[in-house]
Amino acid sequence: MTTALLAATGSLSPAARGFLSPTGVEIVFVLVGLAVLGAALISVTTKQLVHAALWLVVALGGLAIEFLLLTAEFVAWVQVLIYLGSVVVLVLFGLMLTRAPIGRSPDADSGNRWIALGVALAAAGTLVTLVVDAFRTSWIDLSAGGGSTAATGASLFRYWVLPFEALSVLLLAALVGAIVISRTGKDSGARPRPGKLRTRRPVDASAAPQQQER
Amino acid sequence: MLDTLLRCLAALVVLLTFPLIIGQTEHKVMAHMQGRLGPMYAGGFHGWAQLVADGVKFAQKEEIVPAGADRRVFQLAPAVALLPYLLVLLAIPVGPNGFVGEAIDAGIFFVLAVMGIGVLGSLMAGWASANKFSLLGGLRSAAQLMSYELPMLLAGASVAMAAGTVSLPGILDQFHWWWIPWQAIGAFVFFTAGLAELQRPPFDMPVADSEIIFGAYTEYTGLRFALFLLSEFAGILVLCALTAVLFLGGWHGPLPDSLGWLWTLLKTFALAFVVIWARVTFPRLREDQLMRFAWTVLIPLALLQLALTGIIKVAISQ
Repeated sequence: MTTALLAATGSLSPAARGFLSPTGVEIVFVLVGLAVLGAALISVTTKQLVHAALWLVVALGGLAIEFLLLTAEFVAWVQVLIYLGSVVVLVLFGLMLTRAPIGRSPDADSGNRWIALGVALAAAGTLVTLVVDAFRTSWIDLSAGGGSTAATGASLFRYWVLPFEALSVLLLAALVGAIVISRTGKDSGARPRPGKLRTRRPVDASAAPQQQER
Repeated sequence: MLDTLLRCLAALVVLLTFPLIIGQTEHKVMAHMQGRLGPMYAGGFHGWAQLVADGVKFAQKEEIVPAGADRRVFQLAPAVALLPYLLVLLAIPVGPNGFVGEAIDAGIFFVLAVMGIGVLGSLMAGWASANKFSLLGGLRSAAQLMSYELPMLLAGASVAMAAGTVSLPGILDQFHWWWIPWQAIGAFVFFTAGLAELQRPPFDMPVADSEIIFGAYTEYTGLRFALFLLSEFAGILVLCALTAVLFLGGWHGPLPDSLGWLWTLLKTFALAFVVIWARVTFPRLREDQLMRFAWTVLIPLALLQLALTGIIKVAISQ
């Protein structure tokens, strides 16, 4: 299984190349990475809620560019479609519907920020050590098409069918659950049917003339 | 490198000129269909200078940013609304043999994903205006755009399934004439949902000028407002070109392959005419009808098309 996957991406032979002679792609990768880091930092430190969400757009868009640089074209567009096109829009939607004053919102600060910083640093440290340790001397030659739709689809439906199906069932369950939850309030209280214009009946005789005047 | 630059430049030129042509056509078609005299005066013959007059009008208007607005977001919003269409134009194949801005492997996916970003422009514009009507308009646009994105994606998926590829030139290579009746339902869903994505009549409830004062764009003036209008017309261009490529066979036609671009353009502009025609003749849908239409008509139709495509595809391959 792994060998076939590796054949699709390239060899994992020990590096014959050093870190001191970076190619253009690597330089761009690091620069975009710094931009993503900056956007992410601003996104958690800014005092303006909507700005935080908009900086998240920049960070996630930068991540899509990183995927592109790693030749994972399909993953990059999925990132754009799902995170930029849907998740951030939903976040913005929620923010704007509930509370999003223009300007600073001081109450948005959390008292837990130092704990949160510690957790974030610990998680980042663990991940970086793990990844560096796992791929210490290996080098993947990024040939065009390694992460194309064909390669992604082939490995997804040849080797990862079972996880894919399990995820699909999970998402379907979530979907059904969401529908069920949103329907429970339906029986309580009569609602006007959509598509018909209805005027409310006057509750008592004294209120009636007022309504008719309108 | 030079080749890439030239292609990007060509896409930019197309983005800046073709929407204007569509705008001019809209003036004239509406004038003829509704007997309007307004757009027929400027410049003499048939009011040919109307568009120039509009441009001058937009350019000389003062740029106003409301005092309470969030300046930077307010000023960025038109660019966020327009830029996705430029990127999409790069990926649409015009003719055979690499007559395309940039052949992208996951073409359909790219196009639909990037078009989905445009909604951020409406949301930013609505929120940053510091005007509750704009905010409401922006939220209504966003709700509409998110509802109609799903049927559009499903219809696109049906074509990708039929062709067995998600690359736009690849789909056109697989095209046969009988795809047009086969994918007709999908074409209807795609085109209608696209109209709603552009907030064009009859789906223009969020921006309806008599209802909620041009939705998210109430506070915009001058060139920034013109940019929003340009993005609407660029959207028409992109939607029509995409429908032509995905469902009507793009460059395929009775003429030889070297004239393929002509077929793409003809189909695109014929569809653009239909878009304008729909604006002139259809009454506007109400907000609740709008949402119902997406969820109870378009999505089931798209799923039906998907099932039909799957069945025929399996039947063919045996």
